Amino acid sequence: MFCGEGSGRSRSLHPVRRGENRAVAAMLRWILGGREAQGAVEKSPTLFIGEEQPKNPFTELQVLKGHFDIVRFLVQIDDSRFASAGDDGLVLVWNVETGERLMELRGHSQQITAMVAWSLINADTSHTSIITASSDRSLSLWDPDTGNRVQTISDLQSSVKCLLVLEHLDLWLSGGNELCVWNQDFKLLCKREVHSDAAITAMVQLPKMHVAAAVDKEIVIYKLAVSSKLEVSVQPFRQLTDHHDSIRVLINVNDGLFASGSHVGELIIWDAVNWTIQAYEHILWEEPHCDGQAEIRFVSQKQSDMSIHHLASNGEVILAAVGSGLYVYNIHSRNVVAYRKMAHDSNVLHTMLLSDGQLMSCSEDGSVRMWEMEPLPLPAEPASPGFFGLWSFGRSSKQTCPPVKKVPEVPILKSLELTGDLIGHSGAIQMFLSFGEKGLVTCSTDHLVILWKDGERQSRLRSLAVFQKLEENQGLC
Amino acid sequence: MIGSPDVVALTKEDDFGEVYPDPSVLPEDFSVPLFAHAANANPWTKTSYAKFSKDFILISEFSEQVGPQPLLTIPEDPKVCGTFDLNYFSLRIMSVDYQASFVGHPPGSSYPKLNFVEDSKVVLGDSKEGAFAYVHHLTLYDLEARGFVRPFCMAYISADERKIMQQFQELSSKFSRASECLKSGNRKAFANELQKKLKDLEYTRSVVHKETELQKMNNGCYSTQAIEKANELANVEKSIYEHKDLLRQITSYPNRKRQDVECLQPESEAPAKATGSDVAFPFNHSDAEHNPADGDVSDPRPSYTPQLIKAKSAKCFDKRLKTLEELCELASFHQTMDQLKSIEKSFRGDLCYIYTSQIDQILLGKQKITNFLFESDWGNGEPAKHFEVAGLIPHLDLPQAPDGSGEPTSLETCTSFGDSVHIKLELESVDGPAESSPSDLTQETSEDAADIETKGSFSSDKSIETLGAVSPSNLHSHLDVMGRRGTSDECSGTENGIFFDRSTVSSANAPYEKSSAQPGAFSLLDNDSTVDVYHTETLVKVDTACCMGQEGFIFEEPEPVHQRCGETVVKQEPLSLLYGDLALQVDFAGGEAAHEHSPSAVLSFPNTLSEDVARMNVEESSDTTSYMSISTSSDRAPSPLGHGNPVTVKQKKKAGQSALKFIRQYPFAQQAIFCLLSGRTLVVLGVDEGTVRKLVNALSIFVPNLGRYAEQVQPWLCCPFQLTDLQRWKLIGLQRIASPTGSSMLYSLSRYSRYIGILDADNKTLRCPTYKGTLIGHIADHRTQIKRGSTYYHHVQNMLTQLTAKAFLYTFCHHLHLPLGLEDEDAVVQRRTTFLYHLGFSEEESKIVHYLSGLIKQRYVQGPCQRGIQPVFAFNYTTSCLYKI
Repeated sequence: MFCGEGSGRSRSLHPVRRGENRAVAAMLRWILGGREAQGAVEKSPTLFIGEEQPKNPFTELQVLKGHFDIVRFLVQIDDSRFASAGDDGLVLVWNVETGERLMELRGHSQQITAMVAWSLINADTSHTSIITASSDRSLSLWDPDTGNRVQTISDLQSSVKCLLVLEHLDLWLSGGNELCVWNQDFKLLCKREVHSDAAITAMVQLPKMHVAAAVDKEIVIYKLAVSSKLEVSVQPFRQLTDHHDSIRVLINVNDGLFASGSHVGELIIWDAVNWTIQAYEHILWEEPHCDGQAEIRFVSQKQSDMSIHHLASNGEVILAAVGSGLYVYNIHSRNVVAYRKMAHDSNVLHTMLLSDGQLMSCSEDGSVRMWEMEPLPLPAEPASPGFFGLWSFGRSSKQTCPPVKKVPEVPILKSLELTGDLIGHSGAIQMFLSFGEKGLVTCSTDHLVILWKDGERQSRLRSLAVFQKLEENQGLC
Repeated sequence: MIGSPDVVALTKEDDFGEVYPDPSVLPEDFSVPLFAHAANANPWTKTSYAKFSKDFILISEFSEQVGPQPLLTIPEDPKVCGTFDLNYFSLRIMSVDYQASFVGHPPGSSYPKLNFVEDSKVVLGDSKEGAFAYVHHLTLYDLEARGFVRPFCMAYISADERKIMQQFQELSSKFSRASECLKSGNRKAFANELQKKLKDLEYTRSVVHKETELQKMNNGCYSTQAIEKANELANVEKSIYEHKDLLRQITSYPNRKRQDVECLQPESEAPAKATGSDVAFPFNHSDAEHNPADGDVSDPRPSYTPQLIKAKSAKCFDKRLKTLEELCELASFHQTMDQLKSIEKSFRGDLCYIYTSQIDQILLGKQKITNFLFESDWGNGEPAKHFEVAGLIPHLDLPQAPDGSGEPTSLETCTSFGDSVHIKLELESVDGPAESSPSDLTQETSEDAADIETKGSFSSDKSIETLGAVSPSNLHSHLDVMGRRGTSDECSGTENGIFFDRSTVSSANAPYEKSSAQPGAFSLLDNDSTVDVYHTETLVKVDTACCMGQEGFIFEEPEPVHQRCGETVVKQEPLSLLYGDLALQVDFAGGEAAHEHSPSAVLSFPNTLSEDVARMNVEESSDTTSYMSISTSSDRAPSPLGHGNPVTVKQKKKAGQSALKFIRQYPFAQQAIFCLLSGRTLVVLGVDEGTVRKLVNALSIFVPNLGRYAEQVQPWLCCPFQLTDLQRWKLIGLQRIASPTGSSMLYSLSRYSRYIGILDADNKTLRCPTYKGTLIGHIADHRTQIKRGSTYYHHVQNMLTQLTAKAFLYTFCHHLHLPLGLEDEDAVVQRRTTFLYHLGFSEEESKIVHYLSGLIKQRYVQGPCQRGIQPVFAFNYTTSCLYKI
């Protein structure tokens, strides 16, 4: 399970400057009275979608106030509830339908570094709890129904960076400078130091009682063993050292594959059983050498522009947030399906794959953008794959040859078309959470959580409420 | 009818002309000019011939020393009374006090007895002065006064006889309340006084007793001095007994009258002021008749030291009578004055205005669901409304039951008298008013021996007519007669007089609408421009079956609403609700008779209350703006919006002036207004605070759900705004500054540009979604003929009211929101669209209805306060464009 990044490195280096650029461009547009003046800031004219967005269903918003600092995590509790947490150490439970704040879970004195929901299913009842980890070196289990802190462990040796729940084992793991295995009752079952300066930043569950953990540039495969006496032990089993820079994301793709992304834009797809590399992509966002501008761009390009901040997958494709761009990779055909280098004005922090080739991404520029993968109309469209560097490596050739630029064999590229954007936050959007037709929740550095909803649906629901009340009151009075 | 104008005609004293001549009662040869003072262009004003400029309240006293004298007027401004002779009028009104406030030794009783006399309520007129008055007589107790009573009266003086007669019930109940307040204070003060007097007497008795003993010792039991002293002692003892009896009487005053709790609130013993002044002027007492002890001065002090009462009587005219303040406790006095002031305020304006307001209020009361949208001072719980809605309901039922059984039975004192008048009135209404004469009446009323004096005064001066001494028991007949009379001469005007919106005849649960269709809406009269009475044509005939979802609805003549604008002018004073059932022929202007199936609709009316009407009238009738500025100089600058004060209608009217300027000046005013009405926040950007504030103020009258304190408006903001601000404020004045803050402000402007319209006051540009419809053209036509702000404000209110009505209709029609049978959502959407189209809304304009409907829904479901739940901010994605001058 992906637990979110605890490190501060994912924050933007230049969000302010970029924001200003955008503002200036926008003002320019206004003053000129049109929207032709995109300027040099955004190369692609479609990136500014304008104010007419017929495909954007979110026409209503609710600002949920309650946090006092950056809100970093959102976790869904059930169909109608979610929890938000962030640097103020508060965990707030909200109702997604009404926007009501249901609970305020107080206890952590410092920022929250990881949060997961844990559903305990007993016979026919299921109950969801929330586990939080904080910089105050404590772990807590909360009951979102009552707001009680059910369990708490403090005075850990180091703060926990990520959490992983193994529901079928009724166990959960915490990762930091050490990997700990806990049971339902918050009892430490076993502990394993990480033999490295770095800490575990992400963990995923693999088949056959294995867990993959990202530790700086390495992926460490741990094996969990449960003895007959229900004693649990965890052993490092294998170290995968194929990344050249620190690993930022680790996700499960499907039963047989998992993927990792690094700070320099390496995307590696691994076999989940024998941990071999299935595909290796190094995304460089190389500029075409067509005009003078490109030179400057090339020089100014920074590594962080290629850093993979987030990966999302639906088992078929992987959506990677690379710098401020988006990158869609098809697992079966092993090629790039679609990409957009400058999908946002700043680093993309979170992405999501919806059905029907719809994507969503949020960024440090404070906007959520909705995309649609559309087949390119004409081959004449300058959709040259030369925009990016694409390397496919076999495991054998990995370290030997210098990267060779290759034109993909099957250029069935689709374009990523912007269908709508959500503007509301005044700071970087850290994360979002979709409740389907009930709406979308975003959280941001501006301390706000915003609930985006389909205005028409809400209006319908309100009408229903009106007529219900009319019936109760037996007429207007 | 008593005192009706025919009396004047017969007296032929002067060329007094009734403004509303009743052709049926005027002699053929007597032609009265319709408007004696044609200079006054307002046909409804009735004060043109009177010597005072507007209605006022007069308090007079029948002083035992100097006779009738005026004490004070409300308002106190001497200009109000003008050349009107208060002394003369006091004499008139005090002289008709028939009431037998008999105190003293009743026959067969040897002790003085207090009578708890009911107040009497008399209506009288003085044609010479052009004054008519509701006179409320009351008596206050004063230990030093003759018979312990001081007769007072409070009179509401107006030049409009009909106003007095038709507002009698209201006047009576309000003045009764004020009087009750005064009297309860007086009773307390009287009891205090008695207690002090008793202490004095006790002390005197002990002193006299001692002296008697001394005399007996010194001079023997039968010496002259001793006998004198013994007599004195006996007198003092008798006096004590009598005072105790009085105290018992006053303290056992039946509490049945004490329903009016508020009057009795100041229970605190506050005799400080009264006593203080009494110390300064010790006065003598002349109650020799009933007070054999001749106990003279009660000299109460805060910490009371009993005084010796000298057995010497002073002359009657030497003493200083207590003032009204002293007679009542101070708190009661001030409370009463406040009450009277509010009475004066609430009866300002002419009858038509009062009627309109009353109808207004009643209708508003029915439209609680939508009032919050555009009504400025509705629902804020102000008790200052000048009539009680509940109080009017009996009026409505009156014609059905003229001899209503609701007669107060407790008013024994008045009943017999009232009955006699009642009979008389019945006779007159049959015979025709021409035959009534003041003397008849006087005889009728003077049954008591005490009234001989009154009669004399009547005969001495024919110019005074007692219009009727009205007690509640005969009020009904009064109203009945007035009603019949009123309708006879006013129905002629109704066919083009009263129009009302079809939508006013709203859902059938309204009690009085069931009985018959009532006149509903009026548009306001304006002198210089055509008053636009828009008829919401029955565009949609939604009968109940339709709403139940069986039939679907039928559109009837989907003709555009707007064509009717400006066709009609109100030529007729609105009729009282009292007349509604009798003869009012409601003219539907559209000629349809389908009002039984009137659509369930809402409407909210321009609220014209809580306004200094007299001044307004002056303003309205004078055509120069310069005069306006003078006339309003007293309260020139109403405090600006958003300063924690409730927004008053006055402010809104001022805003109307600015709005008028705005729509004349800016060709894109319609687009700006569209922004506001469709719920898109409008940001007014500018360098100069004054300009921006003025624009914000002007535009504020278009903001739906403005809030009592204009919470939805931020007139001047100097820092960048946030998303939450857009949620909170629908109209923002923003400072344009060239500084880092300024650039971040511009940043927020451009960032949230999709949610806002930006009106640049410096460059005179507007950036907002396009609007090309015609609807707002009717609200804001830059070629409008309307010249005055208040008129324009009312015009806007009128239009917004229509919008509200349609939004209400849209919100509460089932079939527009719920699928019928197996329909899918698309069918419902389609129906909605068609519905709005037939209501006359284009696609753009539908957004207004959607927004208003959204507000209504939210309000209806959640109620006015939505604590805990964060507000919802709805918007839509549309392209904006830039408008320039």
